[in-house]
Amino acid sequence: MSPRRLWAVARKESLHIRRDPRSLILAVGIPMLMLLAFGYALTLDVDRVPFVVWDQSRTPESREFTARFTATRYFEFRGAVDRYAALEQAIDQREAMLGLVIPPDFSPRLAAGRAVGVQAIVDGSDSNTAGIVLGYASAITTTFNQQLALEQVRRLTGLAPAPALDLRTRVWFNADLASRNFIVPGIMAVIMGLIAALLTSLTIAREWESGTMEQLISTPVRASELVLGKLLPYTAIGLANMIIAVLMAVYLFEVPLRGSVPLLFGVGMLFVIGTLAQGLLISTLARQQLLASQMAMVSTFLPAFLLSGFAFAIANMPVPVQVVTFIVPARYFVALVKGIFLRGTGLEVLWADAVFLAVFAVVVIGLSIRKTRKHLG
Amino acid sequence: MPAASTAEIVVEVQNLEKHFGAFKAVAGVSFAVRRGEIFGFLGPNGAGKSTTIRMLCGLLAPTAGSGRVAGFDIVRETEQIKTRIGYMSQKFSLYDELTVEENIDFYSGIYRLPREKKAARKDWVLTMAGLQAHRRTRTSTLSGGWKQRLALGCAVLHEPPILFLDEPTSGVDPISRRQFWDLIYTLSGQGVTVFVTTHYMEESEYCDRLGIVYRGELIASGTPRALKTEHMAEAVLELDCAQPNEAMAVLERLPEVKEVAVFGKGLHVVAADPAAAEPAIRAALAAGGFRLDRLERIVPTLEDVFVSLIEARDRTAGAQQEFSR
Repeated sequence: MSPRRLWAVARKESLHIRRDPRSLILAVGIPMLMLLAFGYALTLDVDRVPFVVWDQSRTPESREFTARFTATRYFEFRGAVDRYAALEQAIDQREAMLGLVIPPDFSPRLAAGRAVGVQAIVDGSDSNTAGIVLGYASAITTTFNQQLALEQVRRLTGLAPAPALDLRTRVWFNADLASRNFIVPGIMAVIMGLIAALLTSLTIAREWESGTMEQLISTPVRASELVLGKLLPYTAIGLANMIIAVLMAVYLFEVPLRGSVPLLFGVGMLFVIGTLAQGLLISTLARQQLLASQMAMVSTFLPAFLLSGFAFAIANMPVPVQVVTFIVPARYFVALVKGIFLRGTGLEVLWADAVFLAVFAVVVIGLSIRKTRKHLG
Repeated sequence: MPAASTAEIVVEVQNLEKHFGAFKAVAGVSFAVRRGEIFGFLGPNGAGKSTTIRMLCGLLAPTAGSGRVAGFDIVRETEQIKTRIGYMSQKFSLYDELTVEENIDFYSGIYRLPREKKAARKDWVLTMAGLQAHRRTRTSTLSGGWKQRLALGCAVLHEPPILFLDEPTSGVDPISRRQFWDLIYTLSGQGVTVFVTTHYMEESEYCDRLGIVYRGELIASGTPRALKTEHMAEAVLELDCAQPNEAMAVLERLPEVKEVAVFGKGLHVVAADPAAAEPAIRAALAAGGFRLDRLERIVPTLEDVFVSLIEARDRTAGAQQEFSR
């Protein structure tokens, strides 16, 4: 391999990038836009759920019960209704996701220590959210019940019994359970992979389409020099992308970065180089820009989005799908990014993921060199 | 060229074949090119010229047959060949979005020109192509002739002993074409062997030796002069007359005449026996009332040779087809 020829290819390729503003926009602008869009739009948090109440009881007790809902950040009171039809309308028009119906005999029955049925109507069109909302509602009701029971005991016995069990929860790594904290690092991996593969998927195919490849393969240039020379400038773009993504994650989305920054960028570059090489491999096999870019998109975005574990937990997938995730580099990168960002862990825990990324990069570079044939047809 | 006949053979192929599926693009071609020669491959589009040149450059593996370029095998030693040749493909194949200078720099890096030679070679290319004032111009904005000369310059940056040019002047104006051939002569004068394909008759006259290819086969080869005098069994008569198109219809019916073709403002008549054909032509034109200004036997042009060779080929191919049915 000649460093001189490799350098000539790298220099030429960087001139292409500089001369083609579209590729620069694709390289830098699109990732920023995507990160913004996904970072803000893709939230799995359920809070400030709008709800309405049909309080037929209108007593201090019923108001107390309603106040338990409004007191949390999970619910937002959207008004009282006085008919069933009005409650129905509020849910139909999506003004409310939850409707509480408090019966007229709420207070008397409570006072008598008899069971009271409070109806909760939930908009189930988004089943996941509905489930979470019901969970919140029953948790509030349970607490309310417990306090009622305690007060009753105190009233009857004059004693204040300690509650039997008290679960003290503490959430590690993502104390607020903010979904953004794990979505942003995940989406970083998806976007970096997608852009990297898209960029390089065009390069060799473009040379085949324009006929410059025929000229190039009539020279003594080696496949390895072509592949590595083309990787070089795009690696720089990949690094720039990653810097932008990390800065946005930390300063815009305020995702805590607890681990080592050099380690983050080190594994990031492994991932980027592997994915760039994947794009080159696709480019050299497809020999057509349109086909190559579509293949690059499908082969990076879909697995990174669906199979990397960033949005959907791998452990919940069917076993055959779980097996497939083992060859998805984004899976390892997502694990690394989450580990370094949120848990602050280092290579002592994450080494296997880093090793996989390195192996993937080496194998795919090797394959692209092998498949970059200096022959026509 | 007596000197050339003793010179070393630098390109030679035997029974070279290339099939694409059932289609035989090149169907058993053999020839040899000597050092310093300008060897032309003349043939219509689709005759297998580009396929042959690509096999010689190590870009396509032959289906059958063998060949050597600069002493290296065209099947097994393609990478050694690639260090010793310059190749210009049919399509302009430099980088449009790069400047003239950047294209030259790229290829001098690819060919690993020694540093001390780099600047001199770049100047040579710029001067040769007449692009000194345009070194920072984007290649895409250059005219066809300039692009052609720049492509040639990039292909010979490393001073290869053998140059392969695939229809180098197609789509270029006549003046640029003439300038381009001056460059080829200069290179040839420096001892560079040039293998060039073309479908321009007048261009093929510039070659030292020619091979005429048709449907994947080499149907004749020799110097342009030899082809014109030796490869044409029939004689060619040139005539100027009034209403040549109408006259053509009359002449075609004569048994002494094999074929008639419009050539310039006159007609070319091919006849096996010119002594018999001449009076027949005069009589037929006089009978038809066509004024005859001139009628003489000429040395056939390459086009005459080309057309007659191809028609002879088609007749035998047709006959064979009939027979095989």
